[in-house]
Amino acid sequence: MGQTITQKILAAHCGRDYVEPGELINARLDFMLGNDITAPLAIREFEKIGAKTVFDKDRIALVPDHSTPNKDIKSAELVKTMREFAKKHGITYWFEIGQMGIEHTLLPDEGLVLPGDVVIGADSHTCTYGAIGAFSTGVGSTDLAAAMALGETWFKVPEQMKFVYYGKLPKWVGGKDLILHTIGLIGVDGALYCSMEFAGEAISELDMAGRFTMCNMAIEAGGKNGIIAPDEKTLDYVRPRAKRDYKIYASDPDAVYRQVVEINVSKLEPVVSFPHLPENTKPVSEATHVRIDQAVIGSCTNGRIEDLRIAAAILNGRKVHPDVRLIVIPATQEIYLQAIREGLAEIFVEAGGAISTPTCGPCLGGHMGVLAAGEKAVATTNRNFVGRMGDPKSEVYLAGPAVVAASAVLGRIGSPEELT
Amino acid sequence: MIKGTVHKYGSNVDTDVIIPARYLNTTDPKELASHCMEDIDPEFASRVRPGDIIVAEDNFGCGSSREHAPIAIKASGVACVIANTFARIFYRNALNVGLPILECPEAVAGISNGDTVEIDLESGRITNITTGETYQAKPFPPFMRELIEVGGLVNYARSKLKQ
Ligand code: SF4
Repeated sequence: MGQTITQKILAAHCGRDYVEPGELINARLDFMLGNDITAPLAIREFEKIGAKTVFDKDRIALVPDHSTPNKDIKSAELVKTMREFAKKHGITYWFEIGQMGIEHTLLPDEGLVLPGDVVIGADSHTCTYGAIGAFSTGVGSTDLAAAMALGETWFKVPEQMKFVYYGKLPKWVGGKDLILHTIGLIGVDGALYCSMEFAGEAISELDMAGRFTMCNMAIEAGGKNGIIAPDEKTLDYVRPRAKRDYKIYASDPDAVYRQVVEINVSKLEPVVSFPHLPENTKPVSEATHVRIDQAVIGSCTNGRIEDLRIAAAILNGRKVHPDVRLIVIPATQEIYLQAIREGLAEIFVEAGGAISTPTCGPCLGGHMGVLAAGEKAVATTNRNFVGRMGDPKSEVYLAGPAVVAASAVLGRIGSPEELT
Repeated sequence: MIKGTVHKYGSNVDTDVIIPARYLNTTDPKELASHCMEDIDPEFASRVRPGDIIVAEDNFGCGSSREHAPIAIKASGVACVIANTFARIFYRNALNVGLPILECPEAVAGISNGDTVEIDLESGRITNITTGETYQAKPFPPFMRELIEVGGLVNYARSKLKQ
């Protein structure tokens, strides 16, 4: 029977030719990840397991990105736990402040996760790496602890869903709009436990940044993983970075899907998700009444150089609205440096924006732009749950970098089309 | 056998309301439990008693992968969570930290807030003592049972390393 790319990768990692959705398998892992919130817990559990050392020091990344540079004493202690563990076990991919970036942008950019891999991370947005044709999914700290000891973990093979995007992408409509639109269609549990395969001519047209954004938010539809079959664009991205061998898989023509959803993109407007669920989507033209206090460009969803270029093109020669705080956070040190070299950083500062060193920061209401009661933010992040960016009475509206940049100028949510 | 009072919630109870991100600077179960459900049910932490049961509708535990969420629920004394469906990472985390969870839409439909409910985990049978109704949840698959029997993933990994 035909299989999808996800089934094939999972089968290959448990020594089988075929795996059936719903079955439980024990799979070999190519790479794993922990951050400053989840790794300290994993380290505690790892000690309980009693393993002398990790299964492979070259296949674990520890990235302190959520509350760093350390926002308070407790955070500093959590990162210290990670740092000491990394040193003790000689973990190759420990990323100190100054080298680190937001984990899900950093790992593929560093060539640490590759096509055909099975990857787990103790972070829900680990599904991001599906954009390069890997099976990757978020797990908990205890899963990471056991995986660091054993180099394997258990999975329930997910059911398969396919999303086919056809038509030509309108101007200002990108990966973020496609995925928000999709979540709006199927709901935050529309792909619960499922694998979401993204395909079609509009996906081929998307750059890698847009593809990462889409796979990143598979979890916001309840998905276990998001995945896009590698093409020439993928290989151009992967080839110069890869630190190991990798393998390209594609779905069989007769693969079985629980559901195939076809989406015509040619009439889409940029999309905005209203509080307090990503599924509350509206076209941007129906959101122009929402006044904002803060605009955030960054996160593992949209903190790539391509995102910053879109925002800078809109902000160039313009000023941030006097009632708005604009916060721009390049996702990695490399992107930060690139933004400086290309003159994007200058554009943001000239416009009146604040640029931060790489960090998750406001995305999870940690630091660097926390909201007070009653405040509203439009953000390129991925979650708009109650209290996500600060006070439980604050509100987060999700959008792509074009809408967020335009909104920062307008003082309310709006499209770049409205700027003259 | 589990027996306790039901705290009932709706759909999409996410991990940010189970334990808000502003408390993630600690891993202490007791401290986490003291903020459990704070943003949708501020009295929960003071009302909950050991053995109590959370019943919720769809997609319980959606959102971030924080294991702090099932830890907070377990440390608050809750003995089992019953829902129509769970978000998958929460499902995984809960079993790995030893918090039993059951998917049973019939039970969710039949149980009201404040009911007294009894659960037999081995057979998956749920009895609503307040109304006298019983419901049957799917018992855990064999692999999960083994994991739960040895006391969760940590013990499982420990025994595997010894082999
Ligand atoms: S940027 Fe936001 S969503 Fe991404 S890893 Fe950090 S906290 Fe999580």
